[in-house]
Amino acid sequence: MATISARRSPSRVLSSGTTRYVAGRLGQAVLALFGVVTIVFFALRLSGDPARLLVPDGATAADIERLRDKLGLNASLWHQYVDFLGNAIHGDLGYSYVQNRPALDLITERLPYTANLAVAALLLSLVFGVTVGVITALKRGKWQERVLMPVVLAGQAMPAFWTGLLLVLVFSVGLRWLPSTGYDGPLSLLLPSVTLASLSAAAIARVTRGAVLEQLPLDYLRTARAKGASGLRLVTRHLARNTAIPILTVAALELANLLGGAVVTEVIFAWPGLGQLTIQSVSARDFPVVQAIVILASAVYVVINLGTDLLYGVIDPRVSAGGKGEPS
Amino acid sequence: MMNRLRAAAGIRIPLAIIVLYVLVAVFAPLITPYDPDTTVLAQRLMSPELHHLMGTDALGRDVLSRTMAGTRVSLLVAVVAVLAAGIVGVALGMIAGWRKGWLGAVIMRLVDIVLSVPFFLLAILVVAVLGPSLVNVVVCLALVRWPRYARIAYSTTLQTRERGFVRASTATGAPAWWIVSRHVLPEVLPVTIVVATLELGLMVVYEASLSFLGLGVQPPTASWGSILSDGQQYLGSAWWLATFPGLALFVLVLAVNLLGDAARDRLDPARRTDVRRSRMFRREVSAA
Repeated sequence: MATISARRSPSRVLSSGTTRYVAGRLGQAVLALFGVVTIVFFALRLSGDPARLLVPDGATAADIERLRDKLGLNASLWHQYVDFLGNAIHGDLGYSYVQNRPALDLITERLPYTANLAVAALLLSLVFGVTVGVITALKRGKWQERVLMPVVLAGQAMPAFWTGLLLVLVFSVGLRWLPSTGYDGPLSLLLPSVTLASLSAAAIARVTRGAVLEQLPLDYLRTARAKGASGLRLVTRHLARNTAIPILTVAALELANLLGGAVVTEVIFAWPGLGQLTIQSVSARDFPVVQAIVILASAVYVVINLGTDLLYGVIDPRVSAGGKGEPS
Repeated sequence: MMNRLRAAAGIRIPLAIIVLYVLVAVFAPLITPYDPDTTVLAQRLMSPELHHLMGTDALGRDVLSRTMAGTRVSLLVAVVAVLAAGIVGVALGMIAGWRKGWLGAVIMRLVDIVLSVPFFLLAILVVAVLGPSLVNVVVCLALVRWPRYARIAYSTTLQTRERGFVRASTATGAPAWWIVSRHVLPEVLPVTIVVATLELGLMVVYEASLSFLGLGVQPPTASWGSILSDGQQYLGSAWWLATFPGLALFVLVLAVNLLGDAARDRLDPARRTDVRRSRMFRREVSAA
């Protein structure tokens, strides 16, 4: 990292640096997506014969042969790969032979539920994580830290499925306050989103705390404090901008956890989203659907990470000027 | 005084807990109060009492015995997965950092690509294709997690190769393998161990998650995830099934995480918990 910034002269015109930064990041994102499609293509061939994986249970040898022909599996591996890539670029992510529908149709049906869940969870974890992180940093060594830090550490060690089960046990089975499963109005969103948010909230809290602690001894903050800024004003006016980058980074990274965690959470709460579809497709051996879900989820993840990286430039102009390119 | 006490507790207590788990895992067949797989239908779904401290499951199996047996599966999968991913990742990362050039570029692009797939989904895909089993869970976790180690090994190797003692060694004509193993590896290993410790907790959670979804260790072998999955079916009538195995997992992961944090602080004594000097290091570790 240091070598990169040293090589670029600081006097370089800002706008050309920005263009290069954006172009470089875009290139990386496209490469990543291409790589994901490639990985998924070969993952399905780990077993040797994808036709055997793609047919429903109880198919005859003749069925398999017919499918192999239809899918072009008798063609060379290279040929198949090019076809697969071409189809993916045109938005054709395969066909579910179990449900007799394009995989993408199945996915778009379920997508809104998972999107709801993921957005709610991300918001919850940001609100909780940032608040707790800031408090534990500003009140270092005081009772607030002593109470909150164990909560954060515990949150980090709680797997989503156990959190979910305990929440159901307490709030649905015990207190009978909330519905335990299914999608039935906004109230039913509460338990799944809290479950999904818990892990990410802990991670965000820790990074926020670290970022704030890093800023506290700096001159500008001491000046601000000397001028009487404190509490909320200190945080919103002075700290927010300078701690935004690490917090954004970890939030974007946490999205991968959310997308993965959604599988477990949706299974526990019988939430009719993509996670449940993934598991249903795995048990029905409906691999084109699993494959399409992995590709789409990766695309979302890549695009969001790209967005965050480009946002850095807006928050902190030094980034796009070349100070903080990706290492390597 | 308080600080020193707390620092000691920060390492010794988690370490003691982990040793306890390891002992349980190793000696599980000798010390479980009952055979973990023997079904006693007359004693199904008994709540915790003196003879069954954690109750029994729907087939009358002792939950304490099954939880102890599950420790074995959990630790075995996590340790082997971390070792496999760590060895592959460190080797590739060091090659990429030392050789640079096209080989390095290819390796590091591969790292970027694998890291851009939400790894739990990738893990599900791999296990689904390979078929659920203990070995396949390990293979799949290693396949998905090696890039973490590769990244940290790569950046450390890059920094180390420019340092005086390495340059001096190169100038004296020492062979590359010798320099790498004598000078670079000792720099790479400490950071790797910190990442590996933090990863260990994660692997425990992912093995349990896969087993919870029915994609991990297959019945009747006990795994925390599969017991919890049974527990979900009996949430309304048998709270203990969904509670104790989760508690076992929670305490282990907490201890491993605390140890990882302590190790990270040790490695960078200028900083205490959460604040680390090198931005790059922080990015790697917080991403892990």
